[in-house]
Amino acid sequence: MNIYLDHGATTPCDKAVVDKMLPFMTDVFGNADSLHSFGRQSAKAVSQARQDIAAVLNCQPNEVYFTASGTEADNWALKGAALMRKKQGKGNRVIISAIEHHAILTAAEWLKKQGFEVIKLPVNDKGIVEIASLEQVITDDTAVVSVMYANNEVGTIQPIRELCKIAHKHGALFHTDCVQAVPYLKLDVKDLGVDMLSISAHKFYGPKGVGALYIKNGVRIEKLLHGGEQERAQRGGTTNTAGVVGMAEALKLCVANMDKNNKHIAKLRDHFESRVLKEIEFVRQNGDRQNRIPSVANFSFEFVEGEGILMLLDFSGIAVSSGSACASGSLDPSHVLLSMGVPIEIAHGSIRFSFGKNNTMEQADYAADKLVEIIARLRQMSPLFNLKKGEVHNV
Amino acid sequence: MYNEKVLEVFANPKHVGVIENPDGDGTVGNATCGDIMRITLKIENDIIVDAKFQTFGCTAAIATSSTATDMIIGKTVDQALEVTNAKVVEELQGLPPQKMHCSVLAEEAIQEAIKDYKAKKNNQQSVSKETRFV
Repeated sequence: MNIYLDHGATTPCDKAVVDKMLPFMTDVFGNADSLHSFGRQSAKAVSQARQDIAAVLNCQPNEVYFTASGTEADNWALKGAALMRKKQGKGNRVIISAIEHHAILTAAEWLKKQGFEVIKLPVNDKGIVEIASLEQVITDDTAVVSVMYANNEVGTIQPIRELCKIAHKHGALFHTDCVQAVPYLKLDVKDLGVDMLSISAHKFYGPKGVGALYIKNGVRIEKLLHGGEQERAQRGGTTNTAGVVGMAEALKLCVANMDKNNKHIAKLRDHFESRVLKEIEFVRQNGDRQNRIPSVANFSFEFVEGEGILMLLDFSGIAVSSGSACASGSLDPSHVLLSMGVPIEIAHGSIRFSFGKNNTMEQADYAADKLVEIIARLRQMSPLFNLKKGEVHNV
Repeated sequence: MYNEKVLEVFANPKHVGVIENPDGDGTVGNATCGDIMRITLKIENDIIVDAKFQTFGCTAAIATSSTATDMIIGKTVDQALEVTNAKVVEELQGLPPQKMHCSVLAEEAIQEAIKDYKAKKNNQQSVSKETRFV
């Protein structure tokens, strides 16, 4: 059985989305900026996609800027806002949360090298930014604040509306990375109040290689990609017609089926989670159990290392992600878990299971069955577990 | 990123466990780094007749633990000291660059277990010497 429980990494593209995209790879191939009929046909589709996305975000079509990824949208928002505000003499401070995706984290590190003062907001042990922490560090010379809506590792939902209000009170711009939020949470930019918002199609059953940045009209940020006149001359590069058509279709489908899908996914996740907590000892559930998206279950299994769990699950056909250092190729385990105060040796044994709309209860049960076996097997190999149990195993 | 040999060994590791009353016992690494390895040895006439391991660590750490224990069984303690991490990696047909440090752990655990064996042996000898003088 092949079971995909890594929807936080990427999702399969819906068949309906692919069907919508295909004509734009072959028959309707014109460059959307060309004046001739080939180009106009593409331009019409791009314009429709922009309108559809704007309708979901509750904004104007000309506030939607297409990008090649969520990472590009995040980079553009953070760097573009910081550089523009500095140029305008409106500030040198950049505030992000400690649990941002690397797209924001490393963009902020780059800004630090350019002379910006970068401050990371801490999170509580549930993985949520506390509003007071922003009030403590924000100043009137803060250029931009960026906090994600839903965290990619533990799924916690951040208090964006409140944080945004504080940022605005101090004249700072507010960006939110909504890459993990899209299929699960309503993204109304007026309700959220944000100036900028990033999305990425492949996280919500759309194609890879296409994302978007919402930039509120009146907000000016520096360009990241210099080139042609695409995207209101703010982002050069021939428009990925098939990609944006696919993204718009995927977004519409997500919104239309959000309640139904959320209910289904949460049911699987909760069932799986309760089995894991009941059937495995020395396990820690990471993240807030109420305030989170329905897809993610993140656990730390004591005395074992996450990459080993990931590989053994993979041998059983089950795909997951790990927050262990070994799985990431670095020496440090997940910055998100460490920020939440998870001890480093426990963070090494962390696994993220992220469910999707196409998973079934049978799959959730199979994954739980296998996980119980695998944890027992790895613990039997672990010197730490035997110390804990005060037993000597002979095999 | 792992080759098939490494995955095969990881999926079916040999010599997992702890030898009771071992002649040599070595533990290296720490949990903060995410790697701990313990090797226990049964040694007769300076020949390693059995070796078992327990490892808290990733795929590479477990695969190198299994291969290293497999390689030292039947060897004299001095020959076992020549089982370097490079030889373990060679036996596994290579490890990804960022995983090379895992193989060092196996080499260090073997050295530690043999050091323990030699210390015990010396103690026994000195104990028997003392007995003679009494």
